[in-house]
Amino acid sequence: MSTKIKLMLKCDEANHVCDKAQHKDASLWEKIKLHVHLVYCNACRKYTINNIKLSKIIKKSRIECLDKKCKEKMKLELDRAIKETETN
Amino acid sequence: MSNHQINPNKWIDLYSDYLFNYTISRVNDRDMAQDLVQDTFLAALKSMKNFKGEASERTWLISILKRKIIDHYRKVNSNKGKAEVRITYNDESETEGDWLEERVADPFDKTAEDTMQNDELGEAIFNCLSKLPEKQAEVFRMKAIEGLETEVICNELNITASNLWVIIHRARTAMAACLKENWF
Repeated sequence: MSTKIKLMLKCDEANHVCDKAQHKDASLWEKIKLHVHLVYCNACRKYTINNIKLSKIIKKSRIECLDKKCKEKMKLELDRAIKETETN
Repeated sequence: MSNHQINPNKWIDLYSDYLFNYTISRVNDRDMAQDLVQDTFLAALKSMKNFKGEASERTWLISILKRKIIDHYRKVNSNKGKAEVRITYNDESETEGDWLEERVADPFDKTAEDTMQNDELGEAIFNCLSKLPEKQAEVFRMKAIEGLETEVICNELNITASNLWVIIHRARTAMAACLKENWF
């Protein structure tokens, strides 16, 4: 029946929603479906727990990255310096 | 016997994030941290022939960075010395007899343990990240650490959204497995 609202997710779909939820990209409806799936699926429950832990740990570590533009600028400068040392 | 090779062309890809994090937890200023990291790479390039290959490349770079950070603070402090510091002694009876040092203690200062634990955690994350395939590491970094929008990453790397989520899924699974032993 195509008119029936789909409430049950498959495991791969559930994991996808779980990943999205960790990056705040999942809609409310998706999250409801995820939680329904988690009620009866042990494997996905495990995955979700680990996934949440990973997010927490990254938040806690407060690591920061240089963005791509910065890195490219640094690379240019370093390349120039490398060439200079090679010619000397 | 030297078993560690040196290759400056890969420094930025391999170590810039790690060094940047090391710096930013110590100087608290993004621009300054970036400058210090770049200075470190340039200084390392100059003293490349002193690299004996006993330590890993990263350890060697960190030791140079440490000197750079110390130099940075020396410079800052010598500027500070030129300014006059005035302290008003208040004569409230409650604080009478307290040492001056006790009055200026900063209760919000992070303890050494906090900093140390965060350093270790950061190091563990970067170690795990460096074990991932390059593409996965890049996407994970942009999405989970820099927190960029899906569209932005897709445009920049020229991949589809579903492609991105597959990569994220693999990266997250690998990262979780890698960090599991010590940090979960």
